[in-house]
Amino acid sequence: MQARVLESEAYFIKAEPYYETTGDEIAIFEAAYQNKLPVLLKGPTGCGKTRFMEYMAWRLQRPLITVSCHDDLTAADLVGRYLVKGGETTWVDGPLARAVRAGAICYLDEIVEARKDTMVVIHPLADDRRVLPMEKLGTIIEAEQHFCLAVSYNPGYQSVLKDLKQSTRQRFVALEFNYPSPELERKIVEAESKVDQAMAEKLVKFAHMTRNLKGSGLEEGASTRLLVHAGKLIASGIAPVSACRSAIAEAVTDDVEMLAAVQELSSSLF
Amino acid sequence: MAEQLPYNAQHIEPLLAEWLDVEFTFYPVAQLAADIAQRPRAEQDFLLDWTRRIATTNREIAYRFASRAGELLARMDWRMIEAWARKSMDTYDQAGLRPALLVIDNVDNYAQTDQAHVDGALYEDIDTILLTFARGLSGRALKLAQGEAVYTDSQTLHLPAVIAKMETVADNFLLAKAMVAFMWAQTRFGGFRPDLAQRLAAYPDPAQALQVFSSLEALRIEACLARELPGLHREMQRLKTLRGEHQLTAAWAALAQQLAQPNAGVEDSLRLLEQASTLEPAPHFCFQGELRLDAVMQVMNARIEREKVLLRIKLAELAEEARQAQPDAAPRETQSPPQFELKPEDEEVAGAGEMELTLDGAPIAPPDDVKQLLTSIQLDLGQIPDEYLVAAGPGEYDPSLYQPQEKDPNEVWQGTYHEEGAELYDEWDFGRQHYRKNWCVMREKNVTPVYDDFVAQTRDKYAGLVKHLRRSFEAMRDENKLFKRQAQGDEVDIDALIEALADANDGSEMSDRLFTRMHRAERNIAVMFMVDMSGSTKGWINDAERESLILLCEALQALGDRYAIYGFSGQTRKRCELYRIKTIDEPYNDEVRARISGIRPQDYTRMGFAIRHITKLLNAVEARTKLLITISDGKPDDYFDIYRGQYGIEDTRQALVEAKRSGVNAFCITIDQEARDYLPHMYGAAHYTIIDDVRRLPLKVADIYRRLTT
Repeated sequence: MQARVLESEAYFIKAEPYYETTGDEIAIFEAAYQNKLPVLLKGPTGCGKTRFMEYMAWRLQRPLITVSCHDDLTAADLVGRYLVKGGETTWVDGPLARAVRAGAICYLDEIVEARKDTMVVIHPLADDRRVLPMEKLGTIIEAEQHFCLAVSYNPGYQSVLKDLKQSTRQRFVALEFNYPSPELERKIVEAESKVDQAMAEKLVKFAHMTRNLKGSGLEEGASTRLLVHAGKLIASGIAPVSACRSAIAEAVTDDVEMLAAVQELSSSLF
Repeated sequence: MAEQLPYNAQHIEPLLAEWLDVEFTFYPVAQLAADIAQRPRAEQDFLLDWTRRIATTNREIAYRFASRAGELLARMDWRMIEAWARKSMDTYDQAGLRPALLVIDNVDNYAQTDQAHVDGALYEDIDTILLTFARGLSGRALKLAQGEAVYTDSQTLHLPAVIAKMETVADNFLLAKAMVAFMWAQTRFGGFRPDLAQRLAAYPDPAQALQVFSSLEALRIEACLARELPGLHREMQRLKTLRGEHQLTAAWAALAQQLAQPNAGVEDSLRLLEQASTLEPAPHFCFQGELRLDAVMQVMNARIEREKVLLRIKLAELAEEARQAQPDAAPRETQSPPQFELKPEDEEVAGAGEMELTLDGAPIAPPDDVKQLLTSIQLDLGQIPDEYLVAAGPGEYDPSLYQPQEKDPNEVWQGTYHEEGAELYDEWDFGRQHYRKNWCVMREKNVTPVYDDFVAQTRDKYAGLVKHLRRSFEAMRDENKLFKRQAQGDEVDIDALIEALADANDGSEMSDRLFTRMHRAERNIAVMFMVDMSGSTKGWINDAERESLILLCEALQALGDRYAIYGFSGQTRKRCELYRIKTIDEPYNDEVRARISGIRPQDYTRMGFAIRHITKLLNAVEARTKLLITISDGKPDDYFDIYRGQYGIEDTRQALVEAKRSGVNAFCITIDQEARDYLPHMYGAAHYTIIDDVRRLPLKVADIYRRLTT
């Protein structure tokens, strides 16, 4: 199959993404959307924030434009810039400007990774003005009525340098995400990776063991995403202990002793 | 490689005589030398090396070691002998000669088998992995310790120095892991919940009842592990088969089956006790620990008491937080007391399953420490009794019951000596080629601020220099720069574009570097200065140090780097002191200036602990570059102590190696003219500067810092 090339505004999610609701987050998101309020998703990595966005984009039938933020992301990367084409300069919209024009859902993933000065460009969009000033063009775009801004961040990285400013965070409706309950997580692993129930249960148990280690040497326990990865490997015939090593243990730590200990945990379980 | 020839007794005897100081101790080394002389060279090297290393610690231990070790070489793994030797020295450090000699005498702890050359697993090799393993298993945060037997007091899991029941290292490690899991399961599956001592006392022979009960519990816990950790359980079966413990008599097998029911609890073991007492004793599994009920009771009772208080106080804090979160809340007096409730999250998982905590009917997410407490209480009592969920009233408990007591470091030497509140650091013993564990007792102390005109005087004295330093340090501030002619960037570089178009019109090649990019730079340096406060700095040197610190602070203030200043001094390992002058995030204010002014020479120059502690502090700071700069006047030294001379140099070197390994760059500024003899060895060739004239120190330090960081 050939890879499809789409304009980012045209990226509609056609098939329903698999998503298990854990509370009233769908209702809250919808209400925020109807009222044109921006949304902030908090939660550890791999607990389903991005999947939730895909699900909501599908549900609301809006294109989804995702920007993964990094520490070199500048305002121009979001808004747009002049490029040189054939001896002339032409303006090219950035992803945020495209979403504002097209009325898409713009999802800024891991917003704290972006530099602080970048974050202010979203401020006029994130309050009742809903406009994007394009300084270099000297124009202002009023957001299309269906435009929606969502950002995510992981409060677990407890670093003073990487915290959201109050002026930014107080513009959003916040939804907290966490690892699902064991029962639900088992269901998710089962559905996503096609392993049987007993295996999914063990994977979840293993994840809880690694989450117990948070604070005694691990920065973060195994996420639901990693469990799904491990499950998929197991479903393709890899032995559970090696699958857990490659998909989970090696992914959460580089520390040799920690790896050995996590390995002992998984070999005890399977 | 050719086999080397063994030494003869004439060669060995003087060596032993020297190491063991025979001139004064009169040990009969001739016989020893003759014995060693008959051994192959490899054995000789091993024995002599360890005898020499131990002799640097204590000659008596070394002599006894040398007398015992020879005959052990044939039947014990050499790694075990090394572990035994190290243990004896650690014991000597901690408890003195007599207990250390006991370790030497009880070598059988290390030779737990009569089979020749078994590859045992050493506690010190496996403890970190097994501790992490135990922590991962859920439940209470357990501890691991070396003890003389396998047992748990429900808080600490004890393992012996060597686990050597199996034949290979891998199997012995597995056995140790099984022991840890077994002891974990004892608390996890409620093995200590009933008052066992009292229940067993009702039997005519309580000791025998304890044995039988322990066998029944072993069967029950094994079944629990089979459900909980099937992978480990399989390995445990294999170990049992290897040890020939897998066969149960029919009667015991029937009991085992009853205890393997998923709902079987400790009460079932007690119920079957009568019946089991009439049977032949069941085999003692290799991974099964001893039941030490008095240890369990003692720890458990203290913990239950403390955790009840702690939980109720934490709940009161939670309720108070929740109350403050509501702006329109009525004053506390008029409100009904907070109502806490616990509900199981899903019904099917009872016991230690997930619980939901509610306050006045609304669910709240308890912080991690409260969750830990709830889990721990549940493990002890099987549930959370209602009276535990009543928030403590104000002043209901004395804070000393639940708060760790911090003792004032200044009071350490008044009354009886204590080590509470101090941090312990290892020290490298080069003679032993090993660390002395928890050897240095380190405390952080405050410098008494002195508000005098020293700072003003210094600023006046060096007015020109201060101005110059400020200017040159400000210039180092890495500011945002606009980079032109970049291949990628935010904006079009019009000059570059016009040039490129002109080039294109000419027919020459057009550049693609047409953009400008804003370069935003952060210096992101954290630096800690470690200032010598030993007695030898008295006078000129102390003045120069204080002056340099003032100048340095003025300069760093202009630069904006984060920095801390600590003074170090000490007298013997029991009194290692680090003086806080400025912590990393403290602003440079009048108090800091007064503390700099208040730096006074203290005692001696023990350096290892200071480097280790500051490295630890630096590693807690988030910064791209971490720098540790020592300002010193001489080599490491301590009062009437082996720290003088090579020992101190080697320990300092080792501490610096550790620092380097953890990502801290070390540099030394010294005024000791003889420093060329030892500093390159300690810091490395390029990591030190010697200043010829003390008076030039203030002029130099800031300058050196600038060179170091650009």
